[in-house]
Amino acid sequence: MERYFQKEIECMSLEELRKLQDDKLKKQVKHVWDNVPYYRKKMEKAGLTPDDIKSRDDLHKLPFLSKADLRECYPYGLLGAPLEKCERIHSTSGTTGKRVVAFYTKEDLDLWSDCTARALVAAGATKESVVQVAYGYGLFTGGAGLNDGSHKVGCLTVPASSGNTDRQIMFIRDLGASIICCTPSYAAFLGERMKEMGLSPDDIPLKAGIFGAEAWSEEMRRDIEKTMGIKAFDIYGLTELSGPGVAFECSEQQGMHVNEDHFIPEIIDPDTLEVLPDDTEGELVFTALDKEAFPLLRYRTRDICSLTRKKCSCGRTLIRMAKPKGRTDDMLIIRGVNVFPSQIETVLLNNGYAANYQIIVGRVNNTDTLDVRVEMTPEMFTDNMGEIEARQARLVAGMQSMLGIKAKVTLVAPKSIQRSEGKAVRVIDNRKI
Amino acid sequence: MSIKQISVFMENKPGTLEEMTEVLAKNNIDMRALSVAEAEDFGIARLIVDDVYETATVLKDAGFVNKMSDVLAVEIPDTPGGLNKVLKTLSAAQVNLEYMYAFLGGKAADKAFIIMKVAHIDRAESTLKIGGFNLVDQEQISEL
Repeated sequence: MERYFQKEIECMSLEELRKLQDDKLKKQVKHVWDNVPYYRKKMEKAGLTPDDIKSRDDLHKLPFLSKADLRECYPYGLLGAPLEKCERIHSTSGTTGKRVVAFYTKEDLDLWSDCTARALVAAGATKESVVQVAYGYGLFTGGAGLNDGSHKVGCLTVPASSGNTDRQIMFIRDLGASIICCTPSYAAFLGERMKEMGLSPDDIPLKAGIFGAEAWSEEMRRDIEKTMGIKAFDIYGLTELSGPGVAFECSEQQGMHVNEDHFIPEIIDPDTLEVLPDDTEGELVFTALDKEAFPLLRYRTRDICSLTRKKCSCGRTLIRMAKPKGRTDDMLIIRGVNVFPSQIETVLLNNGYAANYQIIVGRVNNTDTLDVRVEMTPEMFTDNMGEIEARQARLVAGMQSMLGIKAKVTLVAPKSIQRSEGKAVRVIDNRKI
Repeated sequence: MSIKQISVFMENKPGTLEEMTEVLAKNNIDMRALSVAEAEDFGIARLIVDDVYETATVLKDAGFVNKMSDVLAVEIPDTPGGLNKVLKTLSAAQVNLEYMYAFLGGKAADKAFIIMKVAHIDRAESTLKIGGFNLVDQEQISEL
């Protein structure tokens, strides 16, 4: 039977939800107008005052905020509460530019832990559960977010943080952890290590995992579920909005429920900035309704996905967002076709290769070229040359059907693809446009 | 009586083979035979060495993907027609060769050896034995 942390909210009627959102939105716009001069100027420029926003139907009138605004406002420019009311900061990794620093009041932290508690309960957590948090603790929101949610549920929380894999496995087994929270790539790594140690799913007490903070595919989910014998739940969030828990997956695993009492999602066309209807793909935009210290309105996430109001059999009425296909800034336009690195990754994993690849885009005679360099693995290597070529041909065919354009696939030596900070440099665009 | 061959994935770029032989040299691995096959954008180096397991380990540690497979090593006299006799025997028995390469006899100066990858290794082995050919085992290869 499906369990909820706050049933009265997670299953509330659409009518009640609208009313709640309208009330909160009006209050929040006023709060921002009064406390964030940067955004107030944006509203004034658009000829708006708080009185123009009467309900969420007026939301589309409000100006957007983007990552560029956040960088410009670093560190205090978007602060919505006096510093003495703030209790903590978190920060993004800063891999794509200057760091973003987000502030939290006591109330902000409290509502954030409600969000992650909902995710944990949806994944099966109860007061009796042992929850191991293997997200990094520190500036990163992963560790703190799930840690606080786990406390809120009343679980025994193991603040393992990331790394030290053998110790992680020891704690999981010795303490009987039933839920693990970490990045999907670390979950895959943990699973591999367990396999190497000769542990079968029966030797591992875990029943569920909550994995987020980076893109992962359905194939990767199935791999992780099989190796550890668990159910893998997706979770979504951004430091800018709080952290993990903006949206979370239920046992149906058909998209993530957005915590709409705290965040209003919209999908827009990233070019025209027009709001798109449900079930249409576009850029995800969020308005934080309750955030006091870092109150972002209409923040453009750059994530590409769709929203759906279709009924979910878990009983929750909260709108669902599809797993983001990729970020607008990851999207490549090759021969006029939109290509996401995550699509290429899916084809590789489907065909038995690892997700170690590099995409090289070039231009020859005014035509774009797409070259995918894939690292050879011990599993995919054989002494039979014809077989290697046949597998390579299957990759090419798989990419053609996934992307709609032809890619050249080159097999390269293991570990030959350049990595920075442990992450592979995925795309090299040599086109001079 | 097959022997172990090590096949190594070779990315198609200058210096790959040299990097591999550098690893072998540093680890004092003695090669008996080497063949390199190439496709459009990668190659496979196939090695017969004195210490198979050591070679597989040091190559893996150096980041070379490699695999061991069973091949036949047939001793032939280093005279005209030596290889032809072996192949006649095999074709009479309808044994299909995937690939082969050869090397001269090391300390046995009047001999040559052919390394063969065949589809049906047991059938090839018995055919050659009945035909009176000498198949070399792992130990003998190491001592050559």
